[in-house]
Parts: sequence; structure tokens; C-alpha cells
Amino acid sequence: MNGPFLLLNAADNVLVARSRVEHGTAVALDAGSVCVDRVIPLAHKIARQDIAEGSRILKYGMPIGLATEDIAAGQHVHIHNMRSAYTPTHALQDADGVSAGVSK
Amino acid sequence: MTASLPLSGYLRADGRKGIRNAILVVYLVECAHFVASKIVAGFDGEDVELVGFPGCYPNEYAAQMMAKLCTHPNVGGVLVVSLGCESFDKVRLADAVSASHRPVKTLVIQTAGGTSSTVQQGRDWVREVMAEVNAVERIPMGMDELIVGTICGGSDGTSGISGNPAAGKAFDLLVAQGAACIFEETGELIGCEEIMAERAVTPELGQLLRESVLKAERYYATLGYGSFAAGNAAGGLSSIEEKSLGAYVKSGDSQISGLIKPGDVPPTGGLYLMDVVPDGEVRFGFPNIADSAEIVEMIASGAHLTLFVTGRGSVVGSAISPVIKICANPDTYRSLREDMDINAGDIIEGVKTIDEVGQQIHDLIVAVANGAQTKSEALGHREFILTYKTFEPVGPSCLPRVG
Repeated sequence: MNGPFLLLNAADNVLVARSRVEHGTAVALDAGSVCVDRVIPLAHKIARQDIAEGSRILKYGMPIGLATEDIAAGQHVHIHNMRSAYTPTHALQDADGVSAGVSK
Repeated sequence: MTASLPLSGYLRADGRKGIRNAILVVYLVECAHFVASKIVAGFDGEDVELVGFPGCYPNEYAAQMMAKLCTHPNVGGVLVVSLGCESFDKVRLADAVSASHRPVKTLVIQTAGGTSSTVQQGRDWVREVMAEVNAVERIPMGMDELIVGTICGGSDGTSGISGNPAAGKAFDLLVAQGAACIFEETGELIGCEEIMAERAVTPELGQLLRESVLKAERYYATLGYGSFAAGNAAGGLSSIEEKSLGAYVKSGDSQISGLIKPGDVPPTGGLYLMDVVPDGEVRFGFPNIADSAEIVEMIASGAHLTLFVTGRGSVVGSAISPVIKICANPDTYRSLREDMDINAGDIIEGVKTIDEVGQQIHDLIVAVANGAQTKSEALGHREFILTYKTFEPVGPSCLPRVG
């Protein structure tokens, strides 16, 4: 449980933020060090390695959906670049975890 | 021998014991809701609680659920408030309560003289029976007489890492002591059906567990939405299967003893899955329109209390049975601490282990069963939802340890 990201299972291709991670923070991955290119909120995911479009996203060692585009190591993995293999995911304007959920 | 029993409860005529002793005021249609709520408003600070059913059309599920809820061991007496022309069978409900040896009274607004008169008669009756209800003494109760439900709501990416695994640990401790534990909800187990089926006590039960999840998948596909709210995505969850895997771990590691439907009371200790998705073609809309409907189904199946794991931060409690809220997200805990009983966010921050928080949940369950108030109880939360559904009875393979 060290560093800002958790690896939940050895088979996973995503890591989970254990607190809010600021834009530009360096993260050590197998492929080398990368800087996250946006804020990663608590409990959001980044790619542990490059993930090809159409391949499975693995968390807890289990598939949680499919990549809808090529995802580079260190990038935010969420509804903008992955989808459920079952039913569509319903989301609002605040789905990125950073935008406000109410209008100003 | 009995002196060593860890809990105490109110003994009911059917042999079950309750950890609370509420008087319910029950409206049988939305048209009687206001009058029933006015009756309850006369008992601030006393354990008089409002429950009801909004619809005017008949529904066998709702009729059976209401009878189970009104004869729940946490209930000491029941006042039924009817408008008069609704379709709910008030005689059948009152007969069920009466047969359970609880005091019951039915008021019909149309023949009781209207709003003010019904409110007065209702308050007079509740006051009159309160002494009788409160005269029941608490006697020793074993862990093997306890039924605990668990749900998760307002889930986010922390739920599956901290709150749900800790609830699962508490379930393992309870099951080992002979308690019955119930988890749900099949619409949030999509993607977990194979690993779950392997934990069934028989292969036949495993197949039924698998089929219950496939039923949920078909049902939600027809509706066009998964059991997934917008706030789940804001909290870092990207798909129903990601939410499901996080939710699944709240079942712990015990073997699964049976599959029940809402209102079925677990026949022995052990771990049970509740199938909350209606049978047959899609009717009446979403299986459960909000978390409180799931909590009510746990209670109808005899749950004395319910564990509620939340990440985004739900503040609900429940009528009839207390709710213990376990907050998975440390940031949410800091902003909503008056509503949260347990801070499982400590696990995320490395302050406590899953085992430590699991033990903390277990110890709080024992304290609440012995009368300690949960946060939502003390704040006055008594949420309740019962709506239209359709179920077929479970078959014998669902409960392999019986008979």
C-alpha cells in the first residue's frame, strides 16, 4: 500500500488511486516512469501498461470491460476509453470525478 | 448456559426474538399516507414508525411483504390505516398480525369521520397499547438467532477495496457463530456468476445462483440501464461488472447455503443470496427503485439489522430494523461523519487492516443488537419503500440443507 496507486491483483492492467493524484505526478510503471496527464481522483484508474483497443480491462484479476481505443500506460482509464461487456454505463457531467455535479 | 448468550431480544409468539420493539402505523394506499404520518407525528422520540404501500391496485408480492414486515420480530404492535376503497386486502393483513399474537387495529378513514377523527383515534389506540408492547422484557439471545443483511449503495471505486471486503470479513465472523447472513443483489453480481457458483453447498444450487444472475442481466438489458447510477461513474466505476466485483466481496468467503427471494426467512444459519429481480416478463419497472427498497426486502426476510456499505455517502436508515453505515471512502467519511457508523476508509489510508475493520463491524453489530442506537437511528431516519413486483416461489434445490 505504498505510493499513490494500488495494484489489486498481479494480473491487472490498471492501477487504482488511493488518494487524489495531481496532474504531472510521476508514476513508476514496468515500462518506465510516466507522468499522469490530468488529475486522477481517489479510486479512479490508470493504465498499468499500454492497452490495445478491444482488449479486456482487468481489475481484481477479473475483466471489467473492453478498451474502446488504444490506451497508453499511465492514462486515465474510464468511460471515455472503455465500455461494459454487458449493459451501457449511465453517467452525467461529473463522471470524470473532477467536474462539478451542479451548475454554477 | 443462557447467561453466556451474547445478545438479548424480545421473545415473540413464533419463537423468534427481536432487537427492537416498534409499533408500526401502516398506510395501505398513498391516499392514507398523510393521515398515518400525522398519527406517527404524535409520538416524537418513541418507537412508533411509519410504513406503507402507495398503490391502489392489488399486488400479491406487496401483500405478502407487508404481512412479513408487520410480523417481524422487531415489531410489537400494528395500526393499519386504510382509506377504505383501495384494493389492498386489509382484513388479510390484520388477520396475519392477529395470528402472530400482536395487538392490531384497523382504522378506515372513510368510516372513521375523516382526517382529524382518524388521527385522534389512531393516536389514542397507539397510546393505549404502548404499555402492553413495552411490557415485553428482553431475554438472552444467541448469535444463531440473529439475521443480518448487507447492501451497498452510493458505491464508488473505494467500495470494493475497503468497505465491502470489511463487511465480508464481518459476515465470515457471524456465519462462523451460526448467524444467518443475506447478501444481494443479483443485478450487481453480473460478471461474478461463475466464481460465485463455485461457493454453493451443492452443484444444483450453484446452477441456480448462476441462473439468477443471468435473469438479472436479461431484465436490466430490457430496461436499457444496468444497476448503475451516475454517481458510481463520478466515483471512478466505469462499468456494471466493475461495480459488481466490488459488491460481490461483501459476501465474504463462506460457503453459500441457499438462494432466497424477498420475504423468505433463512431456515438455518449460513450465507444466503437474495434474488431481488422479479420473475417472468419485465413488469412494473426497475426491480428496486432505490436502496431503501432493498433494505425493506432484507427486513421482510427477517433481517434484524442491515449493513450498508457506501462510498459516495448515503445517509439513509430504515423503519423496523437499524442500519449500520460503513463508509468506504475516507474523504466521504470526513464530510459525513455524523451519518457514518464505521470508517472503512482507514483501510485505504493504511491506518487499519480489513480484518481490524471487519472485527469492528462485528462488535458494533453485537452492541446494536443489544440496544445501542446506530447513527441513522439516533438522527431519526426511518426510510421505507415498498412497490409492485412479481415472484415465483423458490424451489427445493434453493435451500438444500432443509428437509
